[in-house]
Amino acid sequence: MATVDQAQTPPRAAEKSPRTPHTGRSTRRAVTVFVAPFAVLFLLFYAAPIIYAMIQSLLMVERQGTFGAPQQVFGGFTQYALVFQDEAFWASVGRVLLFGVVQVPVMLGMALLFALLLDSPLLKGKRFFRLAFFAPYAVPGVIAAIMWGFLYSPSLSPFGAVTSEINFLDGSLVLWAIANIVTWVYVGYNMLIIYASLLAIPTEIYEAARLDGASNTQIAWRIKIPLVTPAIILTAVFSIIGTLQLLAEPQTLRSFSSAISSTYTPNLAVYTTASIPNYNLAAAFSVVLALATFILSFVFLKATQRKVSQ
Amino acid sequence: MTTAAAPLTAAEKAHSRGPRQNVMSRAAAMLVMGVFTLYFLTPIWWLLVTSTKTGSEITGTAPLWFTPNSISTFFTNLTGLFQYQDGLFVKWLVNSALYAGAGALLGTIIAAMCGYALAKYEFKGREAIFNVVLSGVLVPATALALPLFLIFSEVNLTNTYWAVFLPSLVSPFGVYLARIYAAASVPGELLEAARLDGSGEVRTFFTVSTRLMAPALVTIFLFQFVAIWNNFFLPLIMLRDQALFPVTLGLYAWNSQISQIPELRTYVIIGALVSIVPLIIAFLGLQRFWSSGLGAGSVK
Repeated sequence: MATVDQAQTPPRAAEKSPRTPHTGRSTRRAVTVFVAPFAVLFLLFYAAPIIYAMIQSLLMVERQGTFGAPQQVFGGFTQYALVFQDEAFWASVGRVLLFGVVQVPVMLGMALLFALLLDSPLLKGKRFFRLAFFAPYAVPGVIAAIMWGFLYSPSLSPFGAVTSEINFLDGSLVLWAIANIVTWVYVGYNMLIIYASLLAIPTEIYEAARLDGASNTQIAWRIKIPLVTPAIILTAVFSIIGTLQLLAEPQTLRSFSSAISSTYTPNLAVYTTASIPNYNLAAAFSVVLALATFILSFVFLKATQRKVSQ
Repeated sequence: MTTAAAPLTAAEKAHSRGPRQNVMSRAAAMLVMGVFTLYFLTPIWWLLVTSTKTGSEITGTAPLWFTPNSISTFFTNLTGLFQYQDGLFVKWLVNSALYAGAGALLGTIIAAMCGYALAKYEFKGREAIFNVVLSGVLVPATALALPLFLIFSEVNLTNTYWAVFLPSLVSPFGVYLARIYAAASVPGELLEAARLDGSGEVRTFFTVSTRLMAPALVTIFLFQFVAIWNNFFLPLIMLRDQALFPVTLGLYAWNSQISQIPELRTYVIIGALVSIVPLIIAFLGLQRFWSSGLGAGSVK
C-alpha cells in the first residue's frame, strides 16, 4: 500500500517555506488529531463494553439467606458453566448455524447469478433490474418482517390460496420463512458488490478469451468468477456475521407466529435473559456469541485467503 | 452522462461486439430476471396498495390492486397516522433522522480521518491500530448491545438519546473503507505540494483530500446511515420512553399490539411505507456515488 512518510520530506521544502517546519512533531500532531476521535469512541463503545461484559460474566448474584439483599460476588466461570448447560441456548446456536449453512450459499449463489447476468450481453434494461433487485435493501429488517408476516399469514395474505394450504409460520417452516425474508432483503446488496467488482475487470481480458474461442459460459466460469472471488468472500463474511446475529426478523415475526420461542436465536436468548433480569448470564451469552462470531468469520477469512493465494 | 455510468456503457459496448447470442439464452436470462423482479417488487407493491385501503378493505378487496377511492383513503390513513397519539409517528421519524442522519455524518468524518491517517502517514502503532479496527469489523454491533446497556446504566444514561446516538458513531468498516479509498485516490505528491504551499496537514485533509475521497465518503455515509436506521437491538434494549424510539422500534411496538388494538394495523402498514421512502430517495439520489464506490471494499 502506497504510503507517504512525512519524515522523508526533502529538506528543500523546509528551506522554501520557513514558516512551516516539517518536523516529526507537526506530523505527529496531525496524526493525533485524525486518529484520536475514532480511537476514543472505539475504546468507549467497542472495547470497554467487551471488557465490561467479560467482568460481568465472571460475577454472580448471591443472597444472604432467603430474604437477604442480593449481592454481586465473584463467581469464576459459574455463568459459563450455566451457558454450556443451557440447552435452549445451544439449540438456538444450532438453529442459526443450520440457517446459515442453507441461506448464505443460496443467497450468494443468487447474487452471483444476477451479477453475472447483469454483466453479460444477454440482458436489456440492466439499470432497471439493478434498482429493482436492490430496492429491498432499503427496507429495514423489522419492516421487512412485518410485510412478509402479513404476506405469510393465512387470513391476510394476498396469496391466500397458497398460505391457507401451507402454513409458513408453523414450527417446521418458520425458520425458512425467516430465511426468505433475509434473502429478499440482502440479495440485491450482495449482487451489487459482486457486480461492482465484475465491472472493474478490464474488458481486454474477455476479448482475448473470445479470440481464443471461449464461450460466454466459459468466460463466466474461468475468468469472471475467479476474479470476483474476493468480493464473494467479503459478502460471505458479512452474511455469516449477520446470520449469527439474527434478531429483528424473528423477534418481529413473533407477533405473527407462536412457533418462535423467546430463545429462538442466540441474540433473542441474550435479550430474554437480560429482561429477567439476569445480566451476568446474559453477559456470558454475549461474550460467547461475540467470540464465536469473531472466530468463525476469522477462520473463514483465513481459510479462503489461503485458497485464493494458492 | 455521469462519470460513474461511463465504464458501464463502455463494458456493454465491448460485450455487444462479441459473437451473436443464442436467442434462447437471451430469453432465458430475461425470464429469470423478470421472475425475480416480481419476487423483489411484489411485497413493496402490496405495501403501497394496502396503504390505500381501510382496515376492512384489506381482506375484502383484490389484494394487489387499488379500490375506487384509493387516493382519498390513502390521505385519510396518512393523516390518521400522523395524528395518532399526538403525532408520535412524526416524532419517531424525526428521531430516526437524527440518529441516522447526524450519526452517519459525524461517524463518516471520524472514520474518514482515521482511515486517511492510516493510509497516508507512517507512525508508531499504525499496524496495531489497523488490526484492532479489522477485528472490530468482525465483532458485530449487536453482540455489543447488552454490554453497552450495562455500561450506560452504570452512568444512568440508558433511555436517553445519547444511549443510541453515541455507540452508532463508531464504524470500523468505515475506517477500513476510508483507508483503502484514501490510499487509492489521494496521491502523495499532492500532499507534498500542499505542504510546499504551507498548508497544514489538517487543513489539507479538509480542503483537498476529502474532495478526492468524495465518492468514498458518500458510500461510507450511506451504509452507516442504513446501519443506524435499521439498528434494532440497541434501541430495543436501551429505550423505554416511546418518545425516544426510532421509527423501526416504534412500528415494531405497534405491530406487537395489533391483537389488542386492531385499528393499528392500518397505521403499521402505511407507517412501514412512509418509513422506507427516505431510504429509497437517499439511494436513488446518491446512486452515482455509491455504485462507483461499492466495489472498492473487496479490492484487498
